[in-house]
Amino acid sequence: MTDNKELNSPGYEIPEDLQHAVSITTIDRLYNWGRRWSVWPMMFGLACCAIEMIAAQAARYDLARFGMEVMRPSPRQSDLMIVAGTVTKKMIPAIVRLYNQMPEPKYVIAMGACASGGGPFKEGYNVVAGVDKFVPVDVYIPGCPPTPQALTAGLMKLQEKIDKESIRKVRWYQKGADSVELPIPVLGPDLMDPRRYNEIRVLAAKPAEPATESKA
Amino acid sequence: MTTLVETETLDLAARFPGSAAVDTRPGYSGWIVNKDRLVEVATALRDEFGYDLLSHVTGVDYFPDKMEVVYNAYKTTGGPGVLFKVQVPRLDPIEVPSVTPIWPGAEFQEREIWDLYGIKFTNHPDLRRILMWEGFEGHPLRKDWHEPFYEEDFKPLKSRWPDGKYVSAEDKNPYKDNLQFPQNFDPAKVTLDGEAPLYDTLQKYTTVDAGIKTDHIIVNMGPQHPSTHGVFRAAVVLDGETIVSLKPVMGYLHRNHEKIGERNTFLQNMPYTDRLDYFNSMSNNWGYSLAVEKLMNIKVAERAEYLRVIMAELSRIQNHLILIGMLLNDLGAYFTPALYAFEERELILDIFEATSGTRMMCNYHRFGGVSRDLPEGVLEKIRGLVEDRLPRKADEFDRLLTENEIFISRMKGVKVIDGEDAIKYSVTGPVLRAAGIPYDVRRAQPYGIYDRFDFDVALRHGGDLYDNYLIRLDEIRQSIRILQQAVKQIPDGPINSQKPQYQVRVPAGEAYGRIEAPKGELGYYVISTGKPNPWRYHVRAPSFMNITALEKMCVGKKIADFVVILGVLDIVLGELDR
Amino acid sequence: MYGKGIIKGLGVTLKHFVDTYLDDIQWWGRRYYKTGGIAHRSSKDTRGIFTVQYPEEKLPVPEEFRYVPFLVYDEGADGKKEVRCTSCGICAKVCPPQCIWIVRSNDPQTGRPVPEPTEFYIDADICMNCGFCAEYCPFDAIIMDHDYEIASYQRNVFNMQKLLKPASYYRSIRPLNYQRNDEERKAKEAAKAAKAEASAS
Ligand code: SF4
Ligand code: SF4
Ligand code: SF4
Repeated sequence: MTDNKELNSPGYEIPEDLQHAVSITTIDRLYNWGRRWSVWPMMFGLACCAIEMIAAQAARYDLARFGMEVMRPSPRQSDLMIVAGTVTKKMIPAIVRLYNQMPEPKYVIAMGACASGGGPFKEGYNVVAGVDKFVPVDVYIPGCPPTPQALTAGLMKLQEKIDKESIRKVRWYQKGADSVELPIPVLGPDLMDPRRYNEIRVLAAKPAEPATESKA
Repeated sequence: MTTLVETETLDLAARFPGSAAVDTRPGYSGWIVNKDRLVEVATALRDEFGYDLLSHVTGVDYFPDKMEVVYNAYKTTGGPGVLFKVQVPRLDPIEVPSVTPIWPGAEFQEREIWDLYGIKFTNHPDLRRILMWEGFEGHPLRKDWHEPFYEEDFKPLKSRWPDGKYVSAEDKNPYKDNLQFPQNFDPAKVTLDGEAPLYDTLQKYTTVDAGIKTDHIIVNMGPQHPSTHGVFRAAVVLDGETIVSLKPVMGYLHRNHEKIGERNTFLQNMPYTDRLDYFNSMSNNWGYSLAVEKLMNIKVAERAEYLRVIMAELSRIQNHLILIGMLLNDLGAYFTPALYAFEERELILDIFEATSGTRMMCNYHRFGGVSRDLPEGVLEKIRGLVEDRLPRKADEFDRLLTENEIFISRMKGVKVIDGEDAIKYSVTGPVLRAAGIPYDVRRAQPYGIYDRFDFDVALRHGGDLYDNYLIRLDEIRQSIRILQQAVKQIPDGPINSQKPQYQVRVPAGEAYGRIEAPKGELGYYVISTGKPNPWRYHVRAPSFMNITALEKMCVGKKIADFVVILGVLDIVLGELDR
Repeated sequence: MYGKGIIKGLGVTLKHFVDTYLDDIQWWGRRYYKTGGIAHRSSKDTRGIFTVQYPEEKLPVPEEFRYVPFLVYDEGADGKKEVRCTSCGICAKVCPPQCIWIVRSNDPQTGRPVPEPTEFYIDADICMNCGFCAEYCPFDAIIMDHDYEIASYQRNVFNMQKLLKPASYYRSIRPLNYQRNDEERKAKEAAKAAKAEASAS
């Protein structure tokens, strides 16, 4: 089977007639192989891109072929957050909270232009210019919206990333690496990131800047 | 259609001497009503003149001197509507009497105007911010309010060419992000009461039941919840499983469509409209091009008219199929019907993709026509679908669900809304028609070439969940009927009556273009000052209007029914929050 | 009889199930991984399993399909890249989210603009794939790409190097458009030549 081929570590000769039954592999390979074919995404759609994500789950593109059909509505049972759509300031506290609730190992895919870098609505006053400002993103998929095939290509990119990890080095097995909670942004007069309170205070105390136009 | 926003021969000036005058600005129409007599005029319009459906209310900022509130009402029996306006000086506090007591459908729209323009509505039952959060600084749609990534008032921006060194918007902002704060602001000192006003209003509406006394609990559904169809949130007060009061909370996908739309040029807005109701970009385009074509006073090429109908009706079929499929998810069944529905949707999207270039964000309309003709073989494909496959599949869905006993026992008798209330709350679309009101813009005020087709306005009388399901099937069949005629009649010829140009000239004036989108009346209210950019660009989004009645629909029902009601309301967040 | 409706519905699902096998038999050996088979599964007669086995088989994209745009260059005689773009700026002006940045070249001696861009950026994380740039470019210098497998591990801001693709690639993905444009260009050049001749004589 193809799966076996993937699993076999190079370096060992396996007789032809045994190849479909026996593989010799490393723990890392086995560990990653198991994980890469059972990434459970969270059922979490924000905007237009989410519809393409659902379409990718549906009959024609069928992510079940990748072991990704189990969309969990609860973050506690999912490995992957596909941020599919425009991230708004009003929504980002909820997104960070969901991210915090996901158990390690967890991955984030920014699907579509909006989640990657703000997208067409970037200039809007309620739009966060890319979800990576708040949660770490593993794979970026440009497109507006990425077609289901493009999403699948992105998921395969994530699988490649998983393949490169080593069980000895992954952050969730390190000592003292109990999941670090990201601080949850606060909605004040504008969106406030607790990590940046000092910076905001200093900048706000400065005299008003000349209009941005002159700088442009 | 060459007239601007049509007004009937209705003489408000004679009825209200001194308080109502014809709007005489060039390109404008309708009436300017004295603020103090607004309630009186509105009541008369509803009761004496029969304009029972308030289509939309919106604000306009005539910077620097005036603010205007624009009301647009129609008759559910059809025909043109009436447009009336109230003008107030642009000095805080700006106050206008609320029309919510007359048309409850205005409630959320007035909240939106308060949120985005800072116009206070006196007598409004629950005036809170709606799209932004409480505590947000400023009223963003005012012309003198600038967002953090503000560069210039109008596109195209000068920094892009000819000396367009790439600088990301973040680098231009002092906070290196999409942020701005008042002078000397200290984040540690903010005191947040965030959600308190919301819970206050919930409490305010709580009615105590006479039966066994149980504790009321507040449940928040969403913004991340599998049954809310996106980032919608409802705060619900429950007595056992019964809903005592409910408030929709929205704005989680507020993408500042209108602010961006007023910076864009007229053409640049076209792809943005795709992203309103992202299931139906083909019909979204239409409403907008209708409004601008009215302003420009141009005709649409004949072949393009047919292409528009074909695409819009295919879009409607696909939308309703998905709704039916997803309805079963909302009922707690699993994915089978949804998967079947997605199959048909894919086939329809193939047609969109081949014609316009993308599956979802078609960006297909241009002023005066459409962007591309059908490629070779696509008309055949459409024929195959509408003459053979789709009728077959509609019957298949019928067999799959309509007689299912469990389905019926969940759906039958759970009333969504009755006709009278639906009109009061400005509910449009299939939900209104399922409640026995035959109001369909395609018939009430035909646009495009709908007057040439032979079709019925689907109608059901019960107004319960089951009727709401059945009417979707009916509409699919009617759409197929229209399509069968359209593919037979479609003529050859050019697909655009205008030369392709990226900077259109739009004479000053106002226009309201509305269509029957799959979710209800979708309208665009556009004001031009003769410049390349619209001065005001407002979207009357059916999802947003229909949600106004959500509390009315849900109170007294079980929480499980709420999920299904939300399902048949067919909201889509891109349009609801804009 | 109670339950009749349910049974009727189950019949539909059963039919879907059986159809897969019927279709497999009818299209024996041709249903998967073959162009004809994929086309059959996207036609009105498709029944049974509907899945396209991406990435082993890919759903072909139609000619008009658009993803992120790219810039076209013609291959000159000595392999030189002749960028078609004249940096006229129309695409930057028409782009709705304003994600195109162009620096126009200036002649170092005279300081006058030269019809050629020095820098050309498209922020793919803003681009809404609307296709306006390609639609309104008067020189067919910017074209909507078909390549959608561009997921990456970082943000995507494309510079000129990344954006440039040869005209032969353009021809391969959009043969009809390429032909049409080519004919238009030739006609234009012929008209120009004729005009020049006329004015010379
Ligand atoms: S990237 Fe495009 S399709 Fe996706 S959410 Fe943003 S606007 Fe919608
Ligand atoms: S419109 Fe075409 S020629 Fe003009 S700057 Fe853009 S790519 Fe270059
Ligand atoms: S496709 Fe549209 S958004 Fe993208 S670069 Fe071209 S004009 Fe801009």
